[in-house]
This record gives sequence, C-alpha cells and structure tokens, in this order.
Amino acid sequence: MLNRLLAPFRNTTGLARWILVTGIVITIAFVVMAVFAPWLAPLDFNQQKVDGVKLPKLAAPSDDYWFGTSDQFYDVFSRVIWGARTALVVVTLSVLFSVLIGVPLGLISGFVGGWTDRMLVFVMDALYAFPTLLLAIVFSFLLRDALGGGVTAAALSLTVIYIPQYFRVVRNTTVSARESTYVEAARAIGAKNSSIMGRYLFGNVIQSVPVIGTLNAADAIGTLAALGFLGFGIQPNEASEWGYDLNRALDDASSGIWWTALFPGLAIVFLITGLTLVGEGLNETVNPSLRKRRIRKVEMPPNEPTTALVEGRTR
Amino acid sequence: MQTKRDVTATGESLVDIRDLEVHFELRGGMLKRLLGMDTGTVKAVDGVNISLKRGEVLGLVGESGSGKTTLGRAMLGLARSTKGSITYHERGGEGQTRERVVSQLKGADLRSLRTDLQMVFQDPNAALNPSMTIEAAVGHPLKIHGIAKGEDLRPRVAAALERVGLAPAEQFMSKYPADLSGGQKQRAVIARAIILDPEVLVADEPVSMLDMSVRAKILQLMVDLKKDLGLTYVYITHDLASAKFFCDRIAIMYLGRVVEIGPTEEIFADPKHPYTKALLKAIPEPDPNKMVPRDLPRGEIPDAAKPPLGCSFHPRCPEAVAECGWESRDLRVLLEEHWTRQETTSYEEEQALVGSLDRLDDPQKTVTLGSGADSARVRGLLDRIRQENPSEPLWSGVDEISETGDGVEVRFHQGFDPELRPSGGVEVACVLHPKPVTVEPFRPE
Repeated sequence: MLNRLLAPFRNTTGLARWILVTGIVITIAFVVMAVFAPWLAPLDFNQQKVDGVKLPKLAAPSDDYWFGTSDQFYDVFSRVIWGARTALVVVTLSVLFSVLIGVPLGLISGFVGGWTDRMLVFVMDALYAFPTLLLAIVFSFLLRDALGGGVTAAALSLTVIYIPQYFRVVRNTTVSARESTYVEAARAIGAKNSSIMGRYLFGNVIQSVPVIGTLNAADAIGTLAALGFLGFGIQPNEASEWGYDLNRALDDASSGIWWTALFPGLAIVFLITGLTLVGEGLNETVNPSLRKRRIRKVEMPPNEPTTALVEGRTR
Repeated sequence: MQTKRDVTATGESLVDIRDLEVHFELRGGMLKRLLGMDTGTVKAVDGVNISLKRGEVLGLVGESGSGKTTLGRAMLGLARSTKGSITYHERGGEGQTRERVVSQLKGADLRSLRTDLQMVFQDPNAALNPSMTIEAAVGHPLKIHGIAKGEDLRPRVAAALERVGLAPAEQFMSKYPADLSGGQKQRAVIARAIILDPEVLVADEPVSMLDMSVRAKILQLMVDLKKDLGLTYVYITHDLASAKFFCDRIAIMYLGRVVEIGPTEEIFADPKHPYTKALLKAIPEPDPNKMVPRDLPRGEIPDAAKPPLGCSFHPRCPEAVAECGWESRDLRVLLEEHWTRQETTSYEEEQALVGSLDRLDDPQKTVTLGSGADSARVRGLLDRIRQENPSEPLWSGVDEISETGDGVEVRFHQGFDPELRPSGGVEVACVLHPKPVTVEPFRPE
C-alpha cells in the first residue's frame, strides 16, 4: 500500500521532485509549529503579563522577545507560532468539509444525470461565479450568529467557497467514467447504483482531489488572512490569527515599527508557498500527462575498440 | 486442437427472443433538441427472433454496427428493449422451469437475474475496475448477491481463479489489473463471470482484443468451462473462423436483423444469403493454392438510422434482383461512382446536367433528374452509364425511365423486405431463397 502511494514520487525526476520536496519540508515545518505550539511558544497567544508584570509595548526584537512585542502587549513570536495552529486547523477543517460535501455531490450529480445534475450544476456555478472573498464574508456574517466568531465558523465559511471546485472536477470525471466498460461490467454482475458509485467510480474519480486539496489549502490561508484583516474572521480572544495581527500592525508600519507586520506576513507567505509547491509537485507526479518518467541511464562499457573484446572475455 | 466437442444441446429452449427491437433515439442537433423535433432513431436491433437452446453455443456474427453486441446486451437487460420480449426459462427444482421476462424486469429483479446470465466483455483492459484488486473484483459478485462474504470469500475466489488458469491464485489476488497481461485480465473477467455459477454466458468478442497466441487458449478455456459447468454460450464475433471452431449454431446479423441462422456445418457448407457468402469469402486462407476470389461486398455498412428500403443488404449485394428494393439513394451512389472515373471537365458538364443530387437522399421509389430542357441529354447520360457496366444490379431494379416535362423520371420496381424463411437446413432472409427462385434474376441481353 505504502509502495503504491510512493510510486508516483519515485517516478519523478528533477524539478518536479524538488518542487514537491521543498513544499513538503516547508509545510512540515509549519505543522510542527502548529502541533507543538504550547512548547515552542514562550507565551500564550493572548498573554500580556509575565509574573504579573505587563510586557513592554511595541518593544523591538531582542533576546527576550525575538520578534518584538505588539501594541497590545503581545509577544509577536508567540503570536506567529500560535497563528500557525489556527491557520492549519481552519484550513484542514475547511478542506475536509468541502471534500466531504463536494465529492459525493459531484459523484451523484455525474452518475445520476438528468434534472438532479442540472440543478446541482446550476447552484454550484452560481456559487463559483461569486468572488471568493465576498462569499466568505457573507457566510462568516451568517454563521457568526449561530457559531460565534471561532475557528469552526471561519472553517465553514471557507468550505462554502471551495465546494464547487471539488464538485466540478469529480462530476466531470464521473460523467466520462460512467460510460466505461467496467461500469457496464459492474451492472452486468448485478451491482446496485450505490455500489457502482462507491466501489467502481469513487476510486477512479478522486485522483485529482489531493492536488486540488493542497492548492485550495494554500488559497484558503490567504482568504482566512484576508477575512481576519478585514475584521470578519476569527475574533482575537478566540485564537491568534495572522490576518488580524496584520490589521493591527497597519498603524505601526507608518511610524517605522516593522516587526509587528513583517513576521506574520512572512508566515503567511511561507505557508502559502509551501502548500502551493506541494500541490504543483503532486500535480506533476499524479497527472500522467505532465509527468516525465525517470529513466535510469544505461551504463555502456567504455568503448575501446582494441581491448574491448579481450576485456569482455576476461570479465 | 479439437474442432468440435460433444454437443450436449437439448431441444429445450433456455432463452426465447421474440420480435425484439432495440431502438436508440438520436440526439440530433441543438435546434432540433430545443424544439423537440423528431431526431430519428437508430434501429440497432430490429425484429429479431432467436431461441437459445440449453447447452448450445450460439454464434452471433456480423460486421461492426450489425447490432450483435446490442442484442447480447439486451439479453442481460443491459440495453432496454423497445419492443418484443426476451424470456428466460429459469431452471427450478424437480425439472420445473420458471419463466422470467428479461425485457420487463427492473431494479432488484433484474439484478437477481445476473446470477444466471453473465457476460464477458470485449476489451479486458477496460472491463476491470483499475482501482480494484483482482480478489476484490472477482469476489464482488458473490458479495453483491449475498452468497458469500468475509472469510468465505477468499477460498471461493481462489477456486474461480484457478478454474480459469490463474494459478497459483495467491499470486494474482493482490494484483491490480494494470499488473496483468491482456490474456490474464480476460481470464480474470471470465472468473468473475463464472463465480456466480451462471447458466448462460454472453461472450462479446472475448478474444478479438487479444494476441493470436492467447486467443486459442482463451477459446479452449471457454470450451472446457462449458463442459465442466454445463454453460450455454452466446458467442458474439465478427470472426467466422473462430465461430466455426466454437459454435453449434450461427446467426448472421446485418443491420439489426438476422439474415441467416442455422447449424454451423450447414452455414459453412452451403451458405445461402449473399452476405453470408461474402463473410465466408473474407476468412483468410493460409494455403495460397486454395485462395478464393475475394469479391467482398462493396461499400460500407449503411446508416442504421436510415436503412435502405427493401432488403437492407441490397446496395452491396452482388446477386441483387429487381425485387430487392432499389431506390433513389442507390442511384446517387451509382452516379457518384461513375463520376470518380471521369475527367474533371466531363464531370462538371454531367454534374450540371443532372443537377443537385441532394434530392436523392430521401428514400424514394420515383426520382426526377435534370430539368425539362435537357431531358434527352440526361437520358443519354443514363444510357451511357448503363452501357459501361450493364451487369450492374441496380438496372434490374429500374422499372421505367421516361422523359417528362420536368426532366427524366426514373421509376424503380416495388421492393420486398424478406422475412426469415426456412430453406434447406437453415433459415434465411433473402428473396432468392427458398429455391426454386420465383423471380428470374436480371440478365443483361
């Protein structure tokens, strides 16, 4: 099983492999930050006092506060580390939800066809036509009453904007796979529609989902930060969020205080880069039309006409 | 290699096909679909009567597009029949049979039929789910019908795999279809079909996608399976040579109809229908001294949405007579063939004389060529073409050529659409059979 999973990776060469490896390394670094945040971060994300003493306001980076402190008496380094946890939790949840909703809908829509298909395609196209940020803002408004301004609400409002992508890809692959002989063969052995969809189509139509998943995750980081920047995202008392920190840092930047904006900003850029590289790398390895198979070079024996024959014999 | 096995066919019929029609609606252009206009139908199967006897091997032979695959799919209920019936006589306890009308079954009833009727597909590379192991694929039918599950499944799958020659089974069970060769895949497909212990196996060109060396082995496997499991086969093929080896009876299909059906020996020894004769001549003969002249049927198989009037084989038939149903489209083909042999200048001249041929596209028994002023020259042209090849069968179908005020009117004889009629040991759908010939074939004087 592991061998099968690694097969596309082993088949890649050169740039494609480097893209994938670089992406994975960056992403893993952020995952480590997120998982071990309580141990890595010196302070809590909303901690303003150490031993009853308030942190200095807007202190420059130093040995005590590596990334400096913010105008709210927060330690920027701790905020960045905790922010990784928030970002990854929100993004994982939103990708998970959109896969769980988008893939089955696409499968059913493509397989059943007819009016079900038309209606679903219509709704999904309508969703897709909206600017993503606008849609996310609308849904975070709607969800704020029901779920508050926490991680779940942010994840769900991101979910809505990514469902159509999975739906489209899975539906289109299903439509073409539905006519294939192995589906007809499944009918011929008496398989129910549900079992045809689950056992025969599912495994063959989700092959590009991991690629879309990682690329969406990269996109979701940006959207989440944008929501936080505009004040519609996760509330500051719920979790540390890079977009919100950037918003707070706007005023500082004009007065020459660079550290409050630079570090959350860099974190966003690096995580998006890492995830995008993973997605592109996966795309190159999973998608056979782009893939360049690794061919082992043939080692020819040295061509020495006078001695080659003799050597060949003695060997 | 054995050529004929002991025939265990009984007279008892297992599947009865009566007046079966499978028509597919054409989708037509966008405008036609929007306006809900009639887009026409393709008559893939058009009035077929066959009764499949228990224990026999029935061959369905024909060119691509003759409807043989659709007929096979309809027998399993995979293609919806639009008219007629398919009745399967299920064997019950104590020699009783239960009738099940396949063409009316739906949902769970239709699915339960699959334990008795199974299919082997043409392309083994496409018939197996690429993301399923061989064990899962072959065992799935048992799971679906609740015959075995869990622990029980594995030994039965192994037995089926070994039965079809994939031994040792352990070596193949965890493999994916992509890891197997074409012949191995086809064996796996056969294993999946026989694991339910069916009565009838519809084999849709099971060897046409395989290498020559593998073909004989797979056919031999099917012969062995038939003997051991008491199967009844419907063998769909375009290859008469393998049908000769494999089949007890052969039905020759053309454009959705059976044109000749009878015992294999009879068909090969004394083919009646001109189409059967043509197919037999197309079999490659390895001995160069025994080469037969290959006057293969001219042209292509016609459009099934607009089949020729009368006997649908008549435009390609070397033996066609006046009654075969000649019509306007045949005249168009004749004129166009004539022009392919002409110089550009004389083609342009003649083309202007006759005018647009598009009006010949609708099947008609009476057509008018040219305009009133040129009628004498058009008539001269037709006479010239006739002189070039007086033995062209089309001329036998022309009843009268007359000059009218609007041009030259060509009227064809009334045609017949022949039914399947017994002739000798076979049944054949041709106006020339059964003999004695009631109509004298056209003889050029």
